[in-house]
Amino acid sequence: MVDTRASARATNAGPGRLLIAVYILFAIAATSRAALQIATKFDEAPVAYLLSAVAALIYIVAAVGLARAGHAGRRVALACCSVELVGVVGVGVLSLVDAELFPDETVWSGFGSGYGYIPLVLPVLGLLWLWSTRTRTAADS
Amino acid sequence: MTAAASAGSPVDGVLATATIVLSLVLALWSLVAAVRHRPPDLVQSVGLGLLEVALLALTTLALVAVVGGERAGEPGAFFGYLVTLVCLPLLAWVLARMEPTRWGSAIVCAVCLVLPVVVVRLQQTWEVVGG
Repeated sequence: MVDTRASARATNAGPGRLLIAVYILFAIAATSRAALQIATKFDEAPVAYLLSAVAALIYIVAAVGLARAGHAGRRVALACCSVELVGVVGVGVLSLVDAELFPDETVWSGFGSGYGYIPLVLPVLGLLWLWSTRTRTAADS
Repeated sequence: MTAAASAGSPVDGVLATATIVLSLVLALWSLVAAVRHRPPDLVQSVGLGLLEVALLALTTLALVAVVGGERAGEPGAFFGYLVTLVCLPLLAWVLARMEPTRWGSAIVCAVCLVLPVVVVRLQQTWEVVGG
């Protein structure tokens, strides 16, 4: 085992813990929404509801990745934040271009407008946080 | 029937409003603490405790209404929101305890900003859409 703390600051302390808290909130929101939609009215908009489920899963994995804090955790968090950013921008653009593709709201519709655009900001903050903790010299506040 | 149900919404009274106000006041207090580099203090703990009590009381009101024969407009979503709500102050408290820095206060602030939104969504799912 290589000591990863020597080269990277833990992602699960300080501002990172706030980030994890927000990720947990979104994991809860997206999971319960997706579960309810899939359980009660899956036929209405299967694509939108499956997307909600995927988003929910990504939020959960991202929170776990950040909380684990090790080398693997960082990789997982990096992958999740990247997919999230691509997802929220992609779905945002698609929902503008072709509204019929997503007949019902998802977490990422309209760039996350239904959730105060936090789904758009969150992956950016996540990537910035991973970036700022990559060296141990980053200043703590 | 729908008029009676919406007028008698168990989650739309003084208690729900008090919960929202308390949550927002606590969010402001925590924000000030975070800006001033203060870790979560006793006020935040007590505030989260009061919020939890208020939410449990709200849950009790809702359950009494349901047992009494009333129905939420979207029962699944309603109880989903209710369960989430009850867990939120606890989540904030646990995470804040793990982070005894200004960021702990920031966590309390974030959760207390989300909580009123969930209360409002809870109220919306009780009332039948399009009523």
